[in-house]
Amino acid sequence: MRHEQAEPESTTEEEYLVRKQLTLVAGIAALMLLIPACSSTTGSSAATSGGSAAGVKAGTATSLTGFGGMDALVNAAKAEGSINVVALPDDWANYGAIKKAFAQKYGITVNSILPDASSKEEIDAADKNKGTDKAPDVFDVGANVALSSTDRFAAYKVAAWDKIAAGNKESTGLWLNDYTGVMTVGYNATKFGEITSLDQLTDAKFKGQVAFNGKPAEAGAAFNGFLMVNGAYGGTFENLQPGIDYVKKLKAAGTLNLQDVTSGTIDSGTHGVVFDWTYNQASTITRLKAKGVDWKVFVPQGGEIASYYNQAINKDAPHPAAARLWEEYLYSADAQNMWLAGAARPILFDSMKAAGTLDSAAAANLPTVSGTPATPTSAQATAATAFLKANWDAAVA
Amino acid sequence: MTATTTTAGRDAVSASRPVSPGVVNALGTVPFFAYTAIFLVLPTVLVVIGAFQSRGGGFTLNGFTQVLSPRTVNIFGTSLWISLLTALVGATAGGVIAYALSLSPEGSLGRRVFTALMSVTAQFGGVMLAFAFIATIGINGLVTRLLSAFPALTPDPGFLSSLGGVAVVYCYFQIPLMVIVFLPAVEGLRPQWREATENLGGTSWTYWTRVAGPILLPSLLGSFLLLFANAFSAFATAAALISQQSVIVPLEIESALRNENDLGMDAYAQALAFGMIVVVALVMGAYALLMRRAARWAQ
Repeated sequence: MRHEQAEPESTTEEEYLVRKQLTLVAGIAALMLLIPACSSTTGSSAATSGGSAAGVKAGTATSLTGFGGMDALVNAAKAEGSINVVALPDDWANYGAIKKAFAQKYGITVNSILPDASSKEEIDAADKNKGTDKAPDVFDVGANVALSSTDRFAAYKVAAWDKIAAGNKESTGLWLNDYTGVMTVGYNATKFGEITSLDQLTDAKFKGQVAFNGKPAEAGAAFNGFLMVNGAYGGTFENLQPGIDYVKKLKAAGTLNLQDVTSGTIDSGTHGVVFDWTYNQASTITRLKAKGVDWKVFVPQGGEIASYYNQAINKDAPHPAAARLWEEYLYSADAQNMWLAGAARPILFDSMKAAGTLDSAAAANLPTVSGTPATPTSAQATAATAFLKANWDAAVA
Repeated sequence: MTATTTTAGRDAVSASRPVSPGVVNALGTVPFFAYTAIFLVLPTVLVVIGAFQSRGGGFTLNGFTQVLSPRTVNIFGTSLWISLLTALVGATAGGVIAYALSLSPEGSLGRRVFTALMSVTAQFGGVMLAFAFIATIGINGLVTRLLSAFPALTPDPGFLSSLGGVAVVYCYFQIPLMVIVFLPAVEGLRPQWREATENLGGTSWTYWTRVAGPILLPSLLGSFLLLFANAFSAFATAAALISQQSVIVPLEIESALRNENDLGMDAYAQALAFGMIVVVALVMGAYALLMRRAARWAQ
């Protein structure tokens, strides 16, 4: 979902992506060389669980009625026993708690694969592991990947479907918005004191401390972080030069840090100022509070950016019923409030507020934003990516 | 294959008749060729095919068009010069160290300890090495903190994330690697050759330019090419030091594969990999030629 490679994960993640390909490669090579003893292509022979009649039904169900109600869905999912979720780090939008709560509530094992993968790698993981029980069942992807990968998704309308505005979902249920955050500047207030403006970040005391969460030309969080600084300096979604100029200023002042942001680099003091979503800053705040460090967050004036992530079900999901149960669970008040507790603004925020099921204490913790946060259109995002591809590397060189 | 194995093979054949020794010998090479086919040939073929394939599966030249763009050519250029530079530093420093080492008494404790140390550091790369440097002269590194009282001496926290920083870190494994691969060559220099040169009235200069130099040159160049390929293919070290700027080709490949803003970059990534294969193939070809020449002097 984001570009962040904690060192140990990156290895397993690569191994994981490569493993299936290697098994396949080994299989083809074995055939080519006609070595009978080498036919250990275990991966491809792994049965797609749910090959039964019930499984077929689950794979085509487009709503609860396809199962004959929630109880039937729960039973079908329990029979499958597990679910593969992809690119859901524990410290991202409170997903650690959500995965655990789902597993406890339904007794279904949650296999969290490639926690630090990007949205694109989620789709790649589905392609490479297609037809095996290792393929991801559900996706949580950025808008760009959601729009361009609809041929990989199964249409499914959750029970809360009607409470979601038409602009926040694909009309047949291929994908739907799940939560959004606001782009923020998070910083170590214990070390640096109060920061109220991006101008301050060129000060020598921030030497090597300021970072985006990834590379703006390739990672959603960093891309939106860039749009935030761009907006704060008078740029628009069409005019990105002010943002590039600001990045150049940071680079010239020696305050920009090009190493990847992880909880480890923040905790060790390598990164003291990080541009990231509210729901990622939230876990940092909690974690550092325990160590007596005050991590604060502010939204720069003019740089109010929001962007929804989207839920989708893999059309070749190895656990089709569990995948649908996961979606039903995410759009329940319980899970929506967990996102909220992780400083993400869930899509059902308004309807839950009206129904009185919203966790108002958690809602009060969301950072204050002046004005309505903006989101680039798909065309604007594409143009901006092309611009960043051409200009980012030179700006930070 | 020595005479003993051949006779043993012949005995076996005469006992059971039909299998010819050629087939038996060829059978022994099967694991090697199978291994090479699976882990070298097939991945290469997949990369080449992938370089021409769009995300939808159709044919595309998009990947190669992007590889030939000025920006990517520039990245290849950086990759090449950083590899050349660190190979040059490694070969020079490592060559001198190897020669010095060859002069110390064989089997002495100092030599054994030093060679062991070189063997370890030559293999000490990747994320661990990057972390070792970050923990030493990174922003909160040990040395950085110790020197914080003297601002003039404090290392620049951005240094490790710059090309210069990467080059310095690469030299950490390049120099010892040179010592390891070059030591056998300098050990092959016989003291008698030097004595003979002196007996014939040659100076130290004559010895190095007319005797030792020509003998060592092929293995020196061969080692240099090995160091070059070593640096050229390195990924993890640079990735841990710089991750948000694609300065060298492996970083650009990773960036293209991960990109969630533009999904159509797989062919570009594979075309980049193809470009790297071409460079490494050229270097390895040159290495093989030089080694063939160097082997003449080995005995």
